[in-house]
Amino acid sequence: MFGYLLKRLAYTVPVTFAVTVVCFLLVHIAPGDPLNAVAPADAPAEVVEALKAAYGFDRPLPVQYAKWLGRAVNGDLGRSVASGRPVSGEVLSAVGNTLLLAVVGGAAGFLGGTLLGCLAGYFHKTRIDRLASALSVAGVSVPHYWLGLLLTIIFSAQLNWLPAMGAGPGGSRDWAWDLAHTRHLVLPAITLSVIPMGIITRTIRALVAELLSQEFVHALRAKGLRHGQVFAHVVKNAAPTALAVMGLQLGYLIGGSILVETVFAWPGTGFLLNTAIFQRDLPLLQGTILVLCLVFVALNLLVDLIQPIIDPRMRRN
Amino acid sequence: MSVTGLATSSPAPLAASAVRSHGYWSGVGRRILRDPVTVGCGAILLLIAAAAVLAPWILPADPYRTSMLHRLAPLGSAGHLLGADELGRDMVARLVYGGRLSLMLGTLPVALAFVIGGAIGVLAGFAGGWLNMVIMRSLDVFYAFPSVLLAVAISGALGSGMSNSIIALTVVFVPQISRVAESVTTQVRGLDYVEAARMSGASAFTIIRAHVLGNVMGPIFVYATGLVSVSMILGSGLSFLGLGVKPPEPEWGLMLTTLRSAIYVNPLVAALPGAMIFVTSMCFNLMADGIRSAMDMKA
Repeated sequence: MFGYLLKRLAYTVPVTFAVTVVCFLLVHIAPGDPLNAVAPADAPAEVVEALKAAYGFDRPLPVQYAKWLGRAVNGDLGRSVASGRPVSGEVLSAVGNTLLLAVVGGAAGFLGGTLLGCLAGYFHKTRIDRLASALSVAGVSVPHYWLGLLLTIIFSAQLNWLPAMGAGPGGSRDWAWDLAHTRHLVLPAITLSVIPMGIITRTIRALVAELLSQEFVHALRAKGLRHGQVFAHVVKNAAPTALAVMGLQLGYLIGGSILVETVFAWPGTGFLLNTAIFQRDLPLLQGTILVLCLVFVALNLLVDLIQPIIDPRMRRN
Repeated sequence: MSVTGLATSSPAPLAASAVRSHGYWSGVGRRILRDPVTVGCGAILLLIAAAAVLAPWILPADPYRTSMLHRLAPLGSAGHLLGADELGRDMVARLVYGGRLSLMLGTLPVALAFVIGGAIGVLAGFAGGWLNMVIMRSLDVFYAFPSVLLAVAISGALGSGMSNSIIALTVVFVPQISRVAESVTTQVRGLDYVEAARMSGASAFTIIRAHVLGNVMGPIFVYATGLVSVSMILGSGLSFLGLGVKPPEPEWGLMLTTLRSAIYVNPLVAALPGAMIFVTSMCFNLMADGIRSAMDMKA
C-alpha cells in the first residue's frame, strides 16, 4: 500500500515535466511570429529586435524553455502581450471562477447521474431502465454549447427569469454568495452538469446491475435483509469505482468548460483561453493551459491516492 | 471400423458446405439488421449523408446567396421552409450542405486516428518490453490534458481552419485508440496459437497480419465507432469557438455561433443547426451501441 502510494507519486514527476514541455512547445508550433500581436507589420528592424530581446524570443528554444520553467516554478508566467498584466494574476482569478462552475455543475451532474444510474441498475431491463438509459444517451450526445443556447433562449430570452451572460450583475468578475450572483450561476451550471451525467449514469447502471447479480446479494436476501439494506451493501461496493470516474470527470469539466463559458460569457479560464487565442497572446495561452493541466494532473493524483482509503480491497495488495 | 470410416468420409464435403455459411461477421450483420434502433439510426445517417453529397442536384437554393430582404425569415416563410439566417441565406440549403463538413469532422479524425493509433498500439502491444514502455509512457502525457482543452490548444496554436481542426482532433484520439489497441494486442500475443505460429517459423509481420489483426480489429473498431459522435461535437465546437471552419462555409457549429445574435429575434431558426448536431451524434452513439452488442463486446 505504501509502495503503491510512493510509485503513484513518483509517476507524477515525469508526467508533470512532460506537460510543461508540451505546453511550451505548443506555442512554438504556431505559425507566424509571436510578436505579431505587439509589433505592427511595418515596425523598423531595430524595434522588432529590441522587442524580441525584451520577451526573450531571440534565444535558442532550450534556453527559452529553461528560463520559462524556472520562472514558472516561482509563480511567474510572464506578462500578457495584449494587456501587459502578469499572466499568473489573470489565470488565478479565472481559475477560481472555473472551479466554482465545475464544482457546482459537477456536483449536480454526479447527483443526477447517480440517481438515474441506481434507478436503471436496480430496475434492470424494465421501462424505468430504458427511460434512464435513453436520457443518458441523450446526455452524452447533446452538444452542450447548443444546450446552453437553448436554455438561454427559453429562460432568458423568452421567460426572462434568469440572466444570460456573465458571473454577476453589471459584468462583475468577483464572485459573492448572494442571490444576484447565484442567479448567474444557474444556467451555466445546469448546462455543464449534463456533460458528466450521461457517463456517470452508464457507469453506475452497469456497476449496480452487475453487483445485484452476485452471490453475496443472494446471501444477504436469504439472511432476510430488506431491499433498502441490501441496496446499501451494493452502493458500498459500487462507490470506489464510481468515485474514480467522477474524479476524472471533474477534471474534464475544469478543462472542458471552455465552450460553456463562451456561451455564457463566464469569466473563467475558458473565456481567457478564447481571448488569448484570438489576440494571439502567447504567454497568456501558455500560462492558462499549463495551470489547467497541472490542476488536472493533481486531481488525477488525488483520485488515485484516495482510492485505497475508500476501497479496502486495494489496501490488501 | 474402416468401413464406417469410409462411409462417413464420402458425404463429409457436402455436410461441411452446409454448415459453413454462417461465419462470425454474417452473424454480426444479422444481429444488427434485427435491431430496429440501429437500423433506424443508420437510415437517418444515410439520409443526411446522401442529402449532403447530392445537395447540388436535389436542392434548388444556393447556400451562399445572401438576400437583405429575407434576413432572419421565420420558419415556413415562402421560399424558405426553415427560414433564413442573419444574411438571408436559405436555412434548408445551409443545413443540408452543412452536413458535408460536419460529418467529415465527425468521421475523418476518427478514421485517421484508427489507422495511426491502431498501428501504434498493435506495434507496442506486439513488441512488448522496452519499446512498449517507451511508446505507452509517452502517450500517457496526452492523458494529462482533458480532451477538449487539448483540441482547443492545438487548433488555437495552429490557427483556425478545417484541416487544423482535423489535425487537432486526430491528435486527441490517437492516444485513446492506441491504448485500446495495445491492451487487446497484449492479450492476443500471449495466446497459444500465436506461440504456435512463432514456433512454426512465421515472421513477426506474418503473425501480425494473419493472426493478430483479425482478433484485435474488432475491439478497436467498436471503440472507434463510439468516438465519432465525440469527434463531431468537438469539431463543431471548435467551429463554434471560431477555431474551425471559416465563414461563409456552411457548417453546423459555425452556423450556431453566427446565429447566436438572433436568439432574441428568431430563436427557432437559431436553434436549428444545433438540433442537427444533436440528432446526428445521437444516431452515431446509438449505432455504436448496436454494433457493440451485435459484436458481443463489453463497453
